[in-house]
Amino acid sequence: MKPPPFEYYAPASLEEALALMAEHGWDAKPLAGGQSLIPMMNFRLAQPEVLVDLNGVAGLGYIRPADDGGVLIGAMTRHKTVQQDSLIAERAPLLHEAMPKIATQQIRNRGTFGGSLAHADPAAELVSVSVVLDGRMRLQSAQGERWVAASDFFVSLFTTALEPEELLVEVHLPPAPARAGWSLQEVARRPHDFALMGVAAVVGLDEDGKCDFVRLSYLSAGDRPMEGQKAAAALVGEKPSAEAIRAAAEAGATLDIEPSDDIHATAEFRRHLANVLTRRALEEAFERAAG
Amino acid sequence: MSELFKLQVTVNGEVYEREVEPRLLLSDFLRHELGLTGTHVGCEHGVCGACTVLLDGEAVRACLMFAPQVHGREVVTVEGLGTIAEMHPLQQAFQEAHGLQCGFCTPGFLTSLIPFLEENPDPSEEEIREAISGNLCRCTGYVHIVEAVKLAAEKMSAT
Ligand SMILES: Cc1cc2nc3c(=O)[nH]c(=O)nc-3n(C[C@H](O)[C@H](O)[C@H](O)COP(=O)(O)OP(=O)(O)OC[C@H]3O[C@@H](n4cnc5c(N)ncnc54)[C@H](O)[C@@H]3O)c2cc1C
Ligand code: FES
Ligand code: FES
Repeated sequence: MKPPPFEYYAPASLEEALALMAEHGWDAKPLAGGQSLIPMMNFRLAQPEVLVDLNGVAGLGYIRPADDGGVLIGAMTRHKTVQQDSLIAERAPLLHEAMPKIATQQIRNRGTFGGSLAHADPAAELVSVSVVLDGRMRLQSAQGERWVAASDFFVSLFTTALEPEELLVEVHLPPAPARAGWSLQEVARRPHDFALMGVAAVVGLDEDGKCDFVRLSYLSAGDRPMEGQKAAAALVGEKPSAEAIRAAAEAGATLDIEPSDDIHATAEFRRHLANVLTRRALEEAFERAAG
Repeated sequence: MSELFKLQVTVNGEVYEREVEPRLLLSDFLRHELGLTGTHVGCEHGVCGACTVLLDGEAVRACLMFAPQVHGREVVTVEGLGTIAEMHPLQQAFQEAHGLQCGFCTPGFLTSLIPFLEENPDPSEEEIREAISGNLCRCTGYVHIVEAVKLAAEKMSAT
């Protein structure tokens, strides 16, 4: 199908873009890589009256070291750039490993970091990865700016903390704590498809080799990234033995997620996958944490 | 109706100027406004890869861009790769290795593979299969396409 008509603006600066968002508010949608928005418009699932194209806005695509040892990623940074960036590979290896799992190269040439987060599809890798990495989003409007933690940013299906006149401009990922490990596990029908089920994990060990913290976030497991809090509670303070990991995976797959049935998989099958994938993710993450 | 957008774009080395509705997809612009029907439209949601073109040298989905977004930029479609008399080595390889049957998917494979082979002049079979994973072919079963890419890599490194 063809997209419905809209008014098109291509601002050159962030000020101009924010002024357009302030003026058009609810009727306007920012256009980033277009790799989710344009399919939705072609299906007429989205019918914005105004499009504010961010592709010509100067200064929104970058990857920079942050003062705290983490990284800052501009909203318009393309998936391809994140994938190939050496600072990301060094300081956010979980993100580096996630990138090739996102769609195919042609999509990654256009799709953006900020667009994927603002789209808030609970099946998206970057959504769960930004949660377990403890990311923070910088939101800006003509009025000013605010920071929102990733775990508060994702509200429900395709819904974030963004107000209609706000733009996501930057994401901060803090440095990894000492003795931390990570993993991303998923099952998809074909490589590059959205995952039927997936889990991102970051874990930390204390000096005695006991589990200090566990952050888990499930993909395709509910209307938002589902945090594995019950799974984490089963592990913190314990030695990450095979039994403790098995118990945590069981808790995660039964208590932390709300998967549903669709044509690709039943909820029951998704819970089964969640159990297996949590176990694998925790095993790999603790192995890496032990270094 | 929304205001028309004055668009200037270079396609296959030629400069075009047109006034278009902003909602016109790049794929429809190429086919309907410029008559370049080598760019095929299969799904219009980014899955099949038939509409893939080169935008400033990068493979992108023409069905997931609006025509005004290529203002001032350079697009290459399958028509820009070679002529029937003088085919691109990649096109020759597809012909010789039977990398196509009906040909509907072929323009998207070719445009996706050009930047891939530039970056990976000597690809492994696994890398080739990864590179074509964003293009669907309902005829060949992919085996001959993979053969064609191997042959193209040989041809291109020989020249
Ligand atoms: C065939 C196909 C397969 C895919 N497979 C995967 C996959 O496996 N995993 C995955 O994670 N993704 C996948 N994607 C989606 C892809 O990653 C998109 O690039 C991404 O979801 C959206 O990013 P975008 O830059 O294209 O945003 P757009 O499509 O331009 O925008 C998406 C939404 O975010 C809003 N928005 C964009 N930028 C901002 C901003 N700065 N501030 C506020 N709002 C903003 C837009 O208004 C829109 O509502 C796939 C897409 C396709 C077409
Ligand atoms: S028509 Fe563009 S990807 Fe199928
Ligand atoms: S040759 Fe027919 S779809 Fe590929």
